[in-house]
Amino acid sequence: MALNNLLKQNKDTIVKKWLTSTIDIYPADTSRFMKGQKDPFANPVGNTLSVNLGPLFDELLNEMDCKAITSYLDPILRVRAVQPILSSSQSTGFIFLLKNAIRESLKKELSDKNILKELLYFESKIDELTLIAFDIYLKCREKVFGIKANEERNRTFRAFERAGLLTEIPADGPGL
Amino acid sequence: MADLKPDELIARTNFTPPKTGWMDTPTVIREGMFCYAAKPKSVATLGLPYPREWNPLNDDWKLPENWKEIIIEGMKDRLERFRTFKIFMDICVRCGACADKCHFFIGTGDPKNMPVVRAELLRSIYRNEFTKAGKILGRIAGARELTLDVLKEWWYYFFQCSECRRCSVFCPYGIDTAEITMMGRELLNLLGLNIDWIATPVANCYMTGNHMGIQPQAFVDMLDFFADEIEDTTGVRVHPTYNKKGADILFTTPSGDVFGDPGTYTAMGYMILFHYLKERYGLDVTWSTFNSEGGNFGLFTSNEVMKRLNIKMYAEAKRLGVKWILGGECGHMWRAITQYMDTMNGPADFLEEPVNPITGTKFENAKSTKMVHIVEFTADLIKHNKLELDPSRNDNLKVTFHDSCNPARGMGMFDEPRYVIKNVCNNFYEMPRNCIREQTFCCGSGSGLNASEDMELRLSGGLPRANAVKYVQEKHGVNMLACICAIDRAVLPPLMGYWVPEVDVTGIHELVTNALIIPGEQEKTVNLRGEDIPNKDEMDPDEYYTRPDFSGR
Repeated sequence: MALNNLLKQNKDTIVKKWLTSTIDIYPADTSRFMKGQKDPFANPVGNTLSVNLGPLFDELLNEMDCKAITSYLDPILRVRAVQPILSSSQSTGFIFLLKNAIRESLKKELSDKNILKELLYFESKIDELTLIAFDIYLKCREKVFGIKANEERNRTFRAFERAGLLTEIPADGPGL
Repeated sequence: MADLKPDELIARTNFTPPKTGWMDTPTVIREGMFCYAAKPKSVATLGLPYPREWNPLNDDWKLPENWKEIIIEGMKDRLERFRTFKIFMDICVRCGACADKCHFFIGTGDPKNMPVVRAELLRSIYRNEFTKAGKILGRIAGARELTLDVLKEWWYYFFQCSECRRCSVFCPYGIDTAEITMMGRELLNLLGLNIDWIATPVANCYMTGNHMGIQPQAFVDMLDFFADEIEDTTGVRVHPTYNKKGADILFTTPSGDVFGDPGTYTAMGYMILFHYLKERYGLDVTWSTFNSEGGNFGLFTSNEVMKRLNIKMYAEAKRLGVKWILGGECGHMWRAITQYMDTMNGPADFLEEPVNPITGTKFENAKSTKMVHIVEFTADLIKHNKLELDPSRNDNLKVTFHDSCNPARGMGMFDEPRYVIKNVCNNFYEMPRNCIREQTFCCGSGSGLNASEDMELRLSGGLPRANAVKYVQEKHGVNMLACICAIDRAVLPPLMGYWVPEVDVTGIHELVTNALIIPGEQEKTVNLRGEDIPNKDEMDPDEYYTRPDFSGR
């Protein structure tokens, strides 16, 4: 568990790198704003990332509680599911950027074979996290499609109603 | 996505965005971020130029051959006619104060949604065509040539602005960026480049008096249906009057509230209030089946179209011989009225300066337009104890208030809605300061963008608003978002459904009439939505004693 200790010790640096590279997926002007604006109400997208990446990292170090992971991942993916400026792969693939952040932060330590072995195991956890992210992302997209479909259905219904083509069954009408 | 080639797919997995400046970053028209093109029939109905079938995703937009000339001439004409447009083109120093204030920029992450860049889309052409520096120095002076790509960029981004004016609050020069968008849209309309969600409601309004295209008899049918509903829940039969000559007041409200939940409950709220005022004070308020629309999507098309749709308000008030006009809970209607109506179609000398006949209050702010906001009217009634209210009937609700952009920034109405809510509800919680009042965040669907095909735009643009609602939901258990705009009432439910599903949406007059004790009412057990009204006897004593209206405080 030497790697786990190293990751714990270097958590701040690693999470910061992960956060920076995740924000840098956005165009330069946007990422500059997201990094600079600290007010959570003025910058909900940046804030969602900065609040949730740290706890996600902790989950990777621990037991990977699915419920907790979902609660941290959902807000991030919910935002990305309505941002067509990012592709689906960019939206979910930011988790892979954690691998780079760890490799860059622990360059020296990773020359140790045993630590490297542990890293391979740890990286498979990151892969797993990405798959969970994919599921959540897809659920959010389905929700968006559901909302669109619902609006269309309501509009059609109202058009029929306006045209006098619908009759409601009276509540006090005769039973069958 | 299905049409992407393998190499394009790989490019989409690239984690390094383009480093180019906005002018050199090509615009990609993305699904979910735009509304469908205007139907030719609707454009033709209004007599606007170049009605045709076209698709924003196609390369060929079927433009007239001399489209460039039309745009440049159109710009020239407007620079001469509208002093503000000329000033807004000239005075920006690109300080960036507005850059991060737009909900669409914050939510979509697209830098071309920064208000300064949106304005630069137009300014760059202005400099190129109308300024010496631009003509000589070109790019160095921030100028560029008008090309087909530029025109498409205009269309894409001027229909990603909801004209909410939050950015203009922060501009040290007071540039009203919404008016830049308006000019952009006017120019696009010269080429028939409107969106259908605007063009068809405008055509409907022009032909039948409202955006939904509701015929007068159907309008009456709907209100009669509401009267049945009201009778079911309150035991009181209300009798709205239509087109009544010689009534005291003409009431005008958005047609959206007549046809879509939860706006329908607000419409029922108006009907109950008018019934109450008739019974108690003999006030005669009439509805018009011809002036059956408060909203004005003409505002999102062009100055001339807005004027054409607006005139019916005064025309109908004149025909009916009322004293003044009362306006319902609407958003952009109030911008059109407060800022444009008086100079477009006024002065309405044939109407009286509005005075509340029940309280004697003079509505000085409406002296010229002759049109009073219903929330202001109700606040005045409450202030003078003219309404008998039992706020505990709303005790199942923990309410927050979304300042709708136009009543807030377009007419400066901040305190009246809060005053009314606090008098009819016991549980009210504000969202954080930089998300309310003059800094309020838009619903993300204003200015005619409330279609369903642009849902990603609406949900991302509405994120800053939803984020603040989520905060009060988690902190105080807020379960109801009140607003005073029909578009809000139509679009906030899906927005909440996506971001904060625990929260529902209401108009203020639904809350008012929940609390209103109507003469002759049966014992109320359910509200207008058919939901159980909290029973005082069953209330947790601790909660009862901590309520603001507890007399022992």
